[in-house]
Amino acid sequence: MPPLAAPGADHVQPVPIGGRAAQCPFAPVAELYDTQKEDELSRVKVPSPMLGEFDAVLVTRYDDVKDVLADEGLRMGGSMPYQPGNLLSYDGPEHTRLRRMLTASFTTKRARELRPGIEAVVASSLDAVEEAGPGADLVQLFSTPIPTLVICELLGVPYTDREGFQRRTALALDFTQSREVQMEKAAEMMAYMAQLVARHRENAGDNVLGRVVREYGDQLSDEELAGIGNMLLIAGHETIANTLSSSIALLLQHPEQLAAVRDDPSVTDSAVEELLRYIAPATILPRQAAGDICVRDQEIHKGEHVVPSVLAANRDLGTADQDLDSLDVRRPAQRHLTFGFGPHQCLGQQLARMELRVALPALFTRFPTLRSAVPLDDLEYRTNALVFGVNALPVTW
Amino acid sequence: MKIEVDDTRCFAVGNCALHAPAVFDQNDEDGRVVVLDPAPSEQQYAQVREAASRCPAAVIVLHEDAPDRPGTIPREE
Ligand code: HEM
Ligand code: SF4
Repeated sequence: MPPLAAPGADHVQPVPIGGRAAQCPFAPVAELYDTQKEDELSRVKVPSPMLGEFDAVLVTRYDDVKDVLADEGLRMGGSMPYQPGNLLSYDGPEHTRLRRMLTASFTTKRARELRPGIEAVVASSLDAVEEAGPGADLVQLFSTPIPTLVICELLGVPYTDREGFQRRTALALDFTQSREVQMEKAAEMMAYMAQLVARHRENAGDNVLGRVVREYGDQLSDEELAGIGNMLLIAGHETIANTLSSSIALLLQHPEQLAAVRDDPSVTDSAVEELLRYIAPATILPRQAAGDICVRDQEIHKGEHVVPSVLAANRDLGTADQDLDSLDVRRPAQRHLTFGFGPHQCLGQQLARMELRVALPALFTRFPTLRSAVPLDDLEYRTNALVFGVNALPVTW
Repeated sequence: MKIEVDDTRCFAVGNCALHAPAVFDQNDEDGRVVVLDPAPSEQQYAQVREAASRCPAAVIVLHEDAPDRPGTIPREE
């Protein structure tokens, strides 16, 4: 076994948490590619706006990331405060128990059943864009309302509450707001989730939260149920909103590929997989070793942090005829780890695919001449946020 | 080919049903894998291999050498 540098050793260098290159926000920083070529695992310092700087083992190869995420010897990173009801706060049998209560609501079949509802939500967002006219910001009028309204369906938020729900979500998740405003809105959101749970306890609705209350309400506390609602909001909102915005920004840079997505419905599925692979919006999946574990023949010691880079892993399996550093919406679906892997693999991924498959072609069909209202180089990306995305996307047509 | 799954360890993400819908489905109670066709026809092999390799729980085991059921009529999608 090769000797490993102890955490904190001299050559340890900081790697930006999002791991994205300054010149191209979609590409990994060079250090990630360098690490991929090294046989030895790297120890790096990860500067994090939320956690402070920490030492971590950086994992960048596809197979290693997959192995690490599936390894039962790793637990969730301890990077977030424990939240009852949030799957990302649990490991092992407790995680399995809670997850099993939710999986029936997120099968491929359920995602198909949700399609008409998603189509309606997309159509109403497109109407809002059209009404706003050229100059409309797609982040505000398209990418954000779609996941919010889909989550309203999952939680059973009554129509009369939806405007307030959208406003609170936008503020609670808006990182440009002061921390106080965010905390205040997050607390309001928790209070609202508690109200929803109380309503489902009285009369459980025909939706994800209602089903959990009906079937497992006797095994879960109100706090856990509200936590489940909040988790679905947090996990299913920023991810979809940012994937939509980044996909649109990318396709505007590749008009010929945009045209394929617009004009050829047989491209939709592969295009969505390719965009997911290429964008990898949720880049940071921090873990910590619960005991000593091995990656290939190298040890990661108990207590060490492990940071797998999905961004790098998604470009690792290229071949002579598949250059994975480029975007190609027509190529056959490539393997990617954008939804993670192992026990915490994204619960909402079939729903996510459905939202993207419906929303992207619908946008380009409604506005066939869609283009950016500002030079594409001026778009501002969120490279350091936990979920990568675009701040604003003003368009014209 | 014969397909064996250990559904006690299934994470119920449905990648199998996404990649080989004629061979895998998910149950309605907790979304765990249901094998619709444990001895799929040859046309399905590529999809089934894809499904098995994308299963995050690694619970789909393929016995590649096992013979197909005698007289099986290829399924139609
Ligand atoms: C493009 C959109 C999405 C992306 C890229 C994405 C990505 C991810 C990733 C990478 C994880 C694993 C995190 C980890 O292992 O540390 C995850 C977990 C999760 N996702 Fe998603 N997600 C998306 C959409 C959704 C949607 C729409 C929902 C539901 C409404 C959802 C619900 C969840 C939940 C509940 C978990 C936690 C699962 C667990 O810990 O067992 N996600 N997601
Ligand atoms: S892909 Fe694997 S874990 Fe997912 S439903 Fe199928 S068998 Fe279960």
